[in-house]
Amino acid sequence: MLIRQTRAEFLKLWRVPAFSATSLLLPLVFYAFIGIGQASQTLQGTHVTFGAYFLASMAVYSVANVMIFSFGISVANERGMKTDVLMRATPLPPLVYLLSRCITAIVFAALTLVVLFPFAYIAGGVRLDASEWLTLAHRVLLGSIPFIALGFAIGYLAGPNSAIAVINLIYLPTAFASGLFFPKQLLPQIIQNISPYLPLYRFGQLGWDAIGAPTSESVTTDWLYLAGYGVAFFAIAVWAYRREESRKFS
Amino acid sequence: MPPAAELIDATKKYGEVQALKGVTIRIELGEVVAMLGPNGAGKTTSISLLLGLRKPTSGKALLFGLEPTNLLARSRVGVMLQESGVPQMLKVREIVDLFRSYYPKPLPRDRAIAMAGLEEKTNALVKELSGGQRQRLYFALAVCGNPDVLFLDEPTVGMDVEGRRSFIERIAEFAHMGRTVVLTTHYLEEADQLAQRVIVVDRGVVIADAPPAEIKSRVAGKRMRFVAPALTEKDLEDLPVSAVTIKDHSVQLLTNQPELVLRRLFQRNVEISDLEVSGADLEDAFIAMTSH
Repeated sequence: MLIRQTRAEFLKLWRVPAFSATSLLLPLVFYAFIGIGQASQTLQGTHVTFGAYFLASMAVYSVANVMIFSFGISVANERGMKTDVLMRATPLPPLVYLLSRCITAIVFAALTLVVLFPFAYIAGGVRLDASEWLTLAHRVLLGSIPFIALGFAIGYLAGPNSAIAVINLIYLPTAFASGLFFPKQLLPQIIQNISPYLPLYRFGQLGWDAIGAPTSESVTTDWLYLAGYGVAFFAIAVWAYRREESRKFS
Repeated sequence: MPPAAELIDATKKYGEVQALKGVTIRIELGEVVAMLGPNGAGKTTSISLLLGLRKPTSGKALLFGLEPTNLLARSRVGVMLQESGVPQMLKVREIVDLFRSYYPKPLPRDRAIAMAGLEEKTNALVKELSGGQRQRLYFALAVCGNPDVLFLDEPTVGMDVEGRRSFIERIAEFAHMGRTVVLTTHYLEEADQLAQRVIVVDRGVVIADAPPAEIKSRVAGKRMRFVAPALTEKDLEDLPVSAVTIKDHSVQLLTNQPELVLRRLFQRNVEISDLEVSGADLEDAFIAMTSH
């Protein structure tokens, strides 16, 4: 049942180009436009190339993006189309349903990396140690968990029409403000002050540290921030889920 | 042997609104039952309770003697809901296969698709289906698990006459396999054609529970409408009509013998135009029931 369900969940997302093509290709587009041009320049005072920095940024961006979109939009859509009511009446165990979605999201996230890493290597001339590639990959996947919770929270709180708008309006600006597109020193001062508190910033820090860029605080602090956000998002998601339960299914 | 489905003195309140006011219904395995009632009667609520989609405010709902949320109970049940959705980006055969995988002993995929008359659309994406085809898909999903009990909530709503007729045949086919079918509808004819037993609900209570012939005999089955500027009360004297309403020159009434009524009206030289004779649905029936 789990395998079947996972396969179905995967196809559901894969066949929506607005999701699958965007998730896989947009980071490449960003990288092509922004990363390649200055790929070989080193960041001030480090031996890290811009190409590597931007690779880490885009890895963070695309994985968090996959998590938020795949959970946020699919949940919101199902609520809107009343698919959730029908699924409720079937004997599918809720846990299997949840797990199949998580596996699908992880597969998609991994796919974005599979596409992004070689692109950066070939087009951006990014050269890292094997351990740095692997650390980046596993940190990015692990650190995306709070964003799964955020996706769920948005899915249960927003309607199907507003979910996409909400996510788009919040996600890209936040990514900028978190220093994913260019180092935060280049951002306006006000934003620089908020930046360290944003979850994407902390996530980004994990990525930059993986490729050897110096970061302002220790990796442990970053993990703690992310864990904190994870707990908070999870609490919101559970609250929103319970509210939905009591409205629709009690 | 516990009954297939049971409501025991079930009540349901949505905020201030009391949708069910103490309903007790027992459906045994093998019965084909129609729940008949106007909109808001409590039919969908009753089904929701039996399927574990909602919890009773008081009283109990049971499936095979178990809680309806029990997955074992659910694995013996197929459902076609009034408010329903399916993933748009899967193909018909994929979603039927998916639903089949939820059940221990499902029907072969092609059989389920054939029972719904969707063979031509096996490889189409769900979003390409027309409204009627989507309804049939829901039916395929309801039967694909080879359930012991099939719940259908207003399955033919929104269909045209032809669609409705063929759908009723499909349901009858399933019922003839010896399964239990619980159907809600507000069409008297549907209940009549399919069910051995009709449970009439109105405003949250059961007001009748009997074979269809008996229910129909309590209520006249055809609605006649016509325009008759010169009609008087006397012209309708002694005719087997009920629930007569006359507004401006428009007349509406219920009768079991429309031909007789017409013949008498013509004999009495009543000029009529814009004649419509249609099946009385339950809305008419309740007007009739309450006006006595």
